[in-house]
Amino acid sequence: MTSQPEILASDALHHVTFTVNGAAYEIDVPARRLLSDALRQDVGLTGTHVGCEHGVCGACTILMDGRPVRACLLFAVSVQGASLTTVEGLGEPGDRLGPVQQAFKECHGLQCGFCTPGFLTTITAGLRENPDPTEEEAREMIAGNLCRCTGYQNIVKSVLRAAEIRRESGGA
Amino acid sequence: MTTKRFGQRVARVEDERFLRGRGRYVDDLAADALHVAVLRSPHAHARILDIDVDPVLDLDGVVAVYTYDDLSGAMAEPLPLLIPHPDLTQGRTQYALAKDQVNYVGEAIAMVVAVDRYVAEDAVGKITVSYEVLPPVVGLDAARAARDLVHDDVPGNLAATSTQATGDAMAAIARAPHRLALDLDVERSACTPLEGRGTVAKWDVDNGRLEVWSSTQTSTGVRAAIASKLGLDLAVVDVITPDVGGGFGVKVVHPWPEEVLVPMAAMALGRPVKFTEDRREHFVSAAHERAQQQHVEVGFDDDGRILGLDVEIWHDHGAYIPYGLIVPIITTTQLLGPYKPPVYKATFHSLYTNTVIVTPYRGAGRPQGVYAMERTMDAIAAYLGKDRTEVRSVNFIQPDEFPYDQGLIFQDGKPLVYDSGDFPQMLDKLKALVGWDEFPALREALRAEGRRVGIGIGCYVEGTGVGPYEGGHLQVETTGKVKVSTGLTTQGQGHQTVFAQIVADELGVRFEDVEVVTGDTRRMPYAVGTYASRAAVMSGSAIALAARSVRRKALELAADALEANVDDLEIADGVVSVRGAPGAQVALGTLAVLSNPLRYAFDEASKAATQFSVGDPDKVPVPEGTSPGLESRDFYSPPRSTFASGMHAVIVETDPDTAEITILKYAVVHDCGRLINPMIVEGQIHGGVAQGVGGALYERMAYDEHGQLQNASFMDFLMPYVTEVPHTIDIDHLETPSPLNPLGIKGAGEAGVIPSAAVFASAIEDAEGLTITRMPISPSELYDLRRTHAGSDPDPVTSPPDARTEPDRPPRGRHDQEDS
Amino acid sequence: MKPAPFSYVRPSTLDEALAVLAADPHAKVLAGGQSLVPLLSMRLAQPSTLVDINGLSELAYVRTDENGVRIGALARHADVESDADAWRVQPLLRQALRLVAHPTIRNRGTTLGSVVHADAAAEMPAVVSLLGAQVLVASTDGRRTIDAADLFIGPLECAVGTHELALELQVPALGRRTGSAVDEVARRHGDYALCGVAAVVSVGESGAIETVRASYLSVSLTPLVLDLSEAFVDGSASDANLEAAAEIATAGVDPETDIHATADYRRHLAGVLTRRVVRDAYTRAVAPDPEGAR
Repeated sequence: MTSQPEILASDALHHVTFTVNGAAYEIDVPARRLLSDALRQDVGLTGTHVGCEHGVCGACTILMDGRPVRACLLFAVSVQGASLTTVEGLGEPGDRLGPVQQAFKECHGLQCGFCTPGFLTTITAGLRENPDPTEEEAREMIAGNLCRCTGYQNIVKSVLRAAEIRRESGGA
Repeated sequence: MTTKRFGQRVARVEDERFLRGRGRYVDDLAADALHVAVLRSPHAHARILDIDVDPVLDLDGVVAVYTYDDLSGAMAEPLPLLIPHPDLTQGRTQYALAKDQVNYVGEAIAMVVAVDRYVAEDAVGKITVSYEVLPPVVGLDAARAARDLVHDDVPGNLAATSTQATGDAMAAIARAPHRLALDLDVERSACTPLEGRGTVAKWDVDNGRLEVWSSTQTSTGVRAAIASKLGLDLAVVDVITPDVGGGFGVKVVHPWPEEVLVPMAAMALGRPVKFTEDRREHFVSAAHERAQQQHVEVGFDDDGRILGLDVEIWHDHGAYIPYGLIVPIITTTQLLGPYKPPVYKATFHSLYTNTVIVTPYRGAGRPQGVYAMERTMDAIAAYLGKDRTEVRSVNFIQPDEFPYDQGLIFQDGKPLVYDSGDFPQMLDKLKALVGWDEFPALREALRAEGRRVGIGIGCYVEGTGVGPYEGGHLQVETTGKVKVSTGLTTQGQGHQTVFAQIVADELGVRFEDVEVVTGDTRRMPYAVGTYASRAAVMSGSAIALAARSVRRKALELAADALEANVDDLEIADGVVSVRGAPGAQVALGTLAVLSNPLRYAFDEASKAATQFSVGDPDKVPVPEGTSPGLESRDFYSPPRSTFASGMHAVIVETDPDTAEITILKYAVVHDCGRLINPMIVEGQIHGGVAQGVGGALYERMAYDEHGQLQNASFMDFLMPYVTEVPHTIDIDHLETPSPLNPLGIKGAGEAGVIPSAAVFASAIEDAEGLTITRMPISPSELYDLRRTHAGSDPDPVTSPPDARTEPDRPPRGRHDQEDS
Repeated sequence: MKPAPFSYVRPSTLDEALAVLAADPHAKVLAGGQSLVPLLSMRLAQPSTLVDINGLSELAYVRTDENGVRIGALARHADVESDADAWRVQPLLRQALRLVAHPTIRNRGTTLGSVVHADAAAEMPAVVSLLGAQVLVASTDGRRTIDAADLFIGPLECAVGTHELALELQVPALGRRTGSAVDEVARRHGDYALCGVAAVVSVGESGAIETVRASYLSVSLTPLVLDLSEAFVDGSASDANLEAAAEIATAGVDPETDIHATADYRRHLAGVLTRRVVRDAYTRAVAPDPEGAR
């Protein structure tokens, strides 16, 4: 006879520990707290934005153990022990811009900035996997993120420029 | 020698915070706030019989619930009708919380304030409302037929009928050698910024002030509305626009119900309150635009020159009309585009339906007007067997005819007078850019491969830099930093960068030393807002004027301090120096100290300043007519709009089997006068083109007959990803400076989206050889059109007027109006 | 759009998970969550308890042998898609997975989860139906295997009971001298298909077509599999035969009209895509190309 695992009541708080951008966090949240909300409110990092809460727009994309995932489609309780990266963690020491961020600035890859964090994390992971994308591959890399301001032209350019910057600085 | 910044592709200062995730959007603020959820009507049309909020009040974490019965004074009156018009005789606006009736799915009925949004939504789910469901009016046909009424006291569902005419158009058409009639349709879409609406309010008990942050395009508008609704003096209300995640027009509407309810709750509860709408809410309770039916009659000669043009428009305004008639006014006036029909009559009917309200969306009625005119031009060309660019050319206003008075009143209440432009040159550039003359050969070559391609064109004129005014405040601080503010707002247009470029050049300071704040009523309380492609023109000009005022003052102060002649002085990198006299210089920061003759030296700079003699000891320290400080507040108010223009062309490929539509090439020639920052202007064009592609091929608000929006999510409302927009957009600029403002600039914000429906309809028609009257068009609809076309008149364009209709749809013209 | 309250448990063993499911018929399993979480956020689903199986790491595997591919309940689409052995033995998996949503969704969504979600507009239910896959399920009563043909009983409804946990997807290998292909027409890149077709073509030693089977997305309430072999009696992939196959398809599908497309258009696409996909599968059957997926 297997013992029943403890099912906590719906309003119970769950103690969750994980790292974000290398720093350890411990939060106490109800099970239904979406990771997007937990990051913004419980952890206090508001750089991850919420555009739709149904996984389509990609503004909430963060890296979980290095892979892009939609924070609005995860519960905070599900990331116990995980290592998360948000836009706030993409910079270089001395508060300098990382290669993807730098490329966006050079190429005017953002206007209102709301969708931008989701693109930055997605592209950061994408370039780790494919450091030298063709233009078609660059387009494919960002094909799951919505932007309403830029029309994407300069975001594609930013991907290619970011690849260049990474190469120039010896890859990252 | 300082580099001039005006005209340069300067990287944006905003990016520094956005790229690091340090933007401050409204939901990022007030971590300690209570949260709001709103109960919204599930019915398109219903009487409210009873609202039971009792089950909610005892829920853990719920702080307050409000319904209409909790509103009093001005809050209990309908929300303002922002832009009255003499023809708007039946204007209706909603209440902040529904009183006895709801008129669209999404209308606000009750507001819950709770410790977090989760609990607030739980509470909303527990409120029970009994409704008497009424038959909804959905779509223009139903609105016109008026078997049911949206508002019981508005006959025919007609908010307004409005006509402008320059003569007897129908007579001119009757006399013309050739005549055509067209019936056209544009469907609803919406701005859909990635960030929805949001408002935070705090009542500062210690200072007796209400502080409000709202994701808005007009902080002064929101401020005035809140003060009025809550019975507060304007002076105690501050509205600050934080970073805004896109607006595109929808955030110029004010006050949203939540924009007044949240401050009301904040004051009543003595705690900060925050409303952040979710995506579904944005679909059903913000605003839509674009839906129109159009009937065009045109008379023309053998060259395609228009001799008379008569247009009748039916505009779906949704359930209420808070923004007045602006959108259809723009349709009927901007419809003329770069052309000069000698006689023109335009009538529009604004109709209510039980759907979300209709207020401006980038283009603001202009896309629909361009659609009507450009479809007409294509039809004329097809009828005469002429090239579509030739027909347009013979109708162009010529470069030597500016300023050209179209004889109508524009949306700003001013005469529709085009100030400058060069349409023939623009068309030549466009044809070269897209390869218009080479296209027939390209088409033949691809046809041999079994591929089907077409080319389309669309021309427009855009009245930008609309008044009444904007202001700029500029102050040089004692540190030498230049603080600039303007009251209109920013939603990604790079105002902090662009306005700093202007100041750097006008004042002679380093770009890096200029800091710009927009949309904060504490810094600049006189402003109108960001809309109608006006920010660069209006605030750019005002800020330039303020910079020039400060420059003059600085030079006077410096002339005094350096004992030199004003005409021998120059300013570079924030330092005033005497031309040809090295060493004779004074920093602007020092002049700022000198300009404010305080008794006390409070830091090194002010101590050091005393080494200069401050003019004649017999002179008054602050002479009459001047003021202390190296600052100025100036306003720019234009006599009328300044007219930008553009032409787009697209080459599309349609799949013979699947009817999928692919964009092969997209070209834009654009004239917005002098460019402050070409990189930013191009970005605006890219974004506009993407929205245009969305509106032409993907986006459509799908209401069912019950008034339910079937695609209130990003899964089913199809905004384009990168894979749906052109691989490249070829852009060429033309600059015909504006004579109306000090910088010679014109607006650029809306340009990319204006001709899209027309351009794609034109290209798909060209590829397919069938007539397109309704946009947007999907592959499924193209497939249907192909099958219909295969079985009907092979040359529908040449049919006489009134016979040229779609199957199953009776002719719509003035006959319907006479009957109803 | 926040979910309604639910109880939550994250079992550390399979038996714990099964015990919870046995005790509560309103409990739901959380694996990838890419389909479930939006339903929860929109309050279209309100389970009593969420059983988060992401702690059962022993279920995260993709195992391949010459008989086929076995995909554990926690194998993400991305894991299956990138698995070189799985690609070699059953290329239709990667061919189809490339069409599922976007890579970010595939990083989290599970292939087995997508199958049991039973959406006839999705790629994986159609693929497993075509390939005759099986799903191994477990409960406190023991284990059983469900054939794909018996798995999909209605729109978004599959035969896995509320007390059962789907453990493994067992996909047979693509046979010798067999080619596979899949294609779809969607409104936007990554959207659900307006219509999609997956096909498997087997040829004899001479290269003559022996069997042609195809499955269809978005044109029926449950995944539809059609045997098109009778259109290829002469063994060739001639235009006439492909046209005949297309006609079987257009007659066999039962699409609906919605805001994105009419039934007629979907039916038309079923024919067009049948021709294209069968031809592609045939081409691969006679000249196998390991890199041949689009």
